[in-house]
Amino acid sequence: MPPRRVLIVGATSAIAQAVARMYAQQGARLALLARNRQYLDTVASDLRVRGASALWTEAADLLDLERHQALVDQAQQALGGLDVALVAHGVLPVQAEALADRRIAAVCWQTNFVSAASFLEAVAQRMEEAGQGTLGVVSSVAGDRGRAGNYVYGASKAALSAYASGLGQRLASKGVRVVLVKPGPVDTPMMAGRPSLGGLLADVDVVGRRIHRGLERGWRVFYAPGYWRLIMGVLKLLPTALYERLKV
Amino acid sequence: MASGDASGPSSWGRNPHTVQRAVALAWASDALPATPEPLLPYGMGRSYGDVCLNPAGPVLLTRGLRRFLAFDAQTGVLRCEAGCTLGEVAELSLPRGFFPPVVPGTRFITVGGAVANDVHGKNHHRAGTFGRHVRALELLRGDGTRVVCGPSASAELFRATVGGLGLTGLITWVELQLAPVPGAWMEVQATPFATLERFAELTAESDKTHAYTVAWVDGLARGSALGRGIFFRGNHVSGGEVPRAPEPRWRIPFDAPDALLSTPLVRAFNALYRRWPRPGTRRVSAWSFLHPLDAVGAWNRLYGARGLFQHQSVVPGAQGVRELLATAADSGQGSFLTVLKTFSDVPSPGLLSFPRPGWTLALDFPGRGEATARLLSRLDAVVRAHGGRVYPAKDAHMSRDTFRAGYPTWKAFSAHVDARFSSGFWQRVGPEAV
Repeated sequence: MPPRRVLIVGATSAIAQAVARMYAQQGARLALLARNRQYLDTVASDLRVRGASALWTEAADLLDLERHQALVDQAQQALGGLDVALVAHGVLPVQAEALADRRIAAVCWQTNFVSAASFLEAVAQRMEEAGQGTLGVVSSVAGDRGRAGNYVYGASKAALSAYASGLGQRLASKGVRVVLVKPGPVDTPMMAGRPSLGGLLADVDVVGRRIHRGLERGWRVFYAPGYWRLIMGVLKLLPTALYERLKV
Repeated sequence: MASGDASGPSSWGRNPHTVQRAVALAWASDALPATPEPLLPYGMGRSYGDVCLNPAGPVLLTRGLRRFLAFDAQTGVLRCEAGCTLGEVAELSLPRGFFPPVVPGTRFITVGGAVANDVHGKNHHRAGTFGRHVRALELLRGDGTRVVCGPSASAELFRATVGGLGLTGLITWVELQLAPVPGAWMEVQATPFATLERFAELTAESDKTHAYTVAWVDGLARGSALGRGIFFRGNHVSGGEVPRAPEPRWRIPFDAPDALLSTPLVRAFNALYRRWPRPGTRRVSAWSFLHPLDAVGAWNRLYGARGLFQHQSVVPGAQGVRELLATAADSGQGSFLTVLKTFSDVPSPGLLSFPRPGWTLALDFPGRGEATARLLSRLDAVVRAHGGRVYPAKDAHMSRDTFRAGYPTWKAFSAHVDARFSSGFWQRVGPEAV
């Protein structure tokens, strides 16, 4: 099998790195996009040592929507095509700060939804033309039902999940598979010092392996780790009157 | 894998019990967190006592710094961030014909921790300590400067940092010379012995023929049985597919009751263990020979909520070991797993490196309050009487005097300690506050 050609948007996120490590070990050709050049270079060195057969990196402001299509096109050209793309960038604001300062909330929505959706569309365009590809997106369990403690973040992920769902339906007949990942809280710098639902904090390697498997097998919607499917299934079914009294 | 819980990171022996604050590091290029309190790097938390704890401030969790930076498959030189574990290094390098030059009893330690404790392994008689294989490292000092040091560049700071217990600054990356190996398998032999004299003979002959040698000793045997045990030796061999490092097969899910390691049960375990080895040469994976306990996750929980204490020391020879074994056995607090190994005269590179020529004995005891403290003091006294020293990585008890007697270089070392770094251990045995 020729090496997989994989684009990762938000490649310096801890979850994205864990997925990229899996692909690198298999000798994939990787294109990485992220904001910080220095971080990106470190991640690229790691993936090169682990076995990536080609690496293309570009540091860019991912909020600059006008560059999205060009960045995706450059990556596609550098890799000689696109088999897999993973849109993984996001920010987790401190809820109280985001409520006190609407601009913090807006940056969260801009990053997690507007920018992510725009990248999805830019990749979808090229995969649809090619008639093949797997388009993954990292959403969150937080998007399944708004919680008092993090609904600013949750709303952005809810919008992203809905977007991916619609996109998946649109592309189903075009040979392109949309893969929607909903991680629970993961032991990453993003979560450092934050309270997590039920105190559950998954190992980033476990989550990375599961996302890699989901992408390779074309799972349409899945949780990482898998037990979140059960937890969120119950949470989503609770009547609102009861849910409002719940401290989660 | 860090044994942290609601009260934050802890040490492997879970003694001393503390509530430890922590800051997670994500990028080696970032500045140190701005705090008024002193800092201390913390990797996998496999040190037994308080060298990895910082009661006066936060620890810096280094597991976020776990990227490989460069690897030369011809020479086996690897540069990696300090939070990579030896297991991760081995998984990368074994398929390419290289292995970490020195591994202790677990693969779940970070490269930074291996340098900071200048760890040794069953191959000490040939390879010496871990620090001997470090070509260079970057140290991020408390004032924000970065110093690349090695055996020839900034050599004094390097000598202080190897075995320096994280006190000279944050190690961000390490460049290591890995060892070429013919394969991922090992040929091993287990030989029972009845006396320490026999152990000495087995060691003397095996150190010439085998890369790895170590012995398990029956920690409860007294009188004429004292000093009996099993001698293990092994060599890397070629052939066969590279086995993946197994994930722990079991994980101890909760703290065991104190009764689990009561003397009768430890006695039964030791008796069984003594009958375990099959004669002849066996072929096993490097993982299972070098890291047998890694098959059980969180095995420290077997010691219950009160945790355990290790006592590892080096003394010049058999007489000291005999007295240590007798002291432990007479105390009625049986050592569950007792390990004996000889150190060769390969020089250790660090000012505070533990290994020096002699015999090293590791004993472990369930935490039983004052009784354990008294036993540890008696063991320390034996070590001092023989002119030996105690291993800081395993220690939560030794006095300032015992430390200074064992490490006369402590003063030269103190001059290199970074003003923004400290640890529970250093507050206990380092210079008194003025």
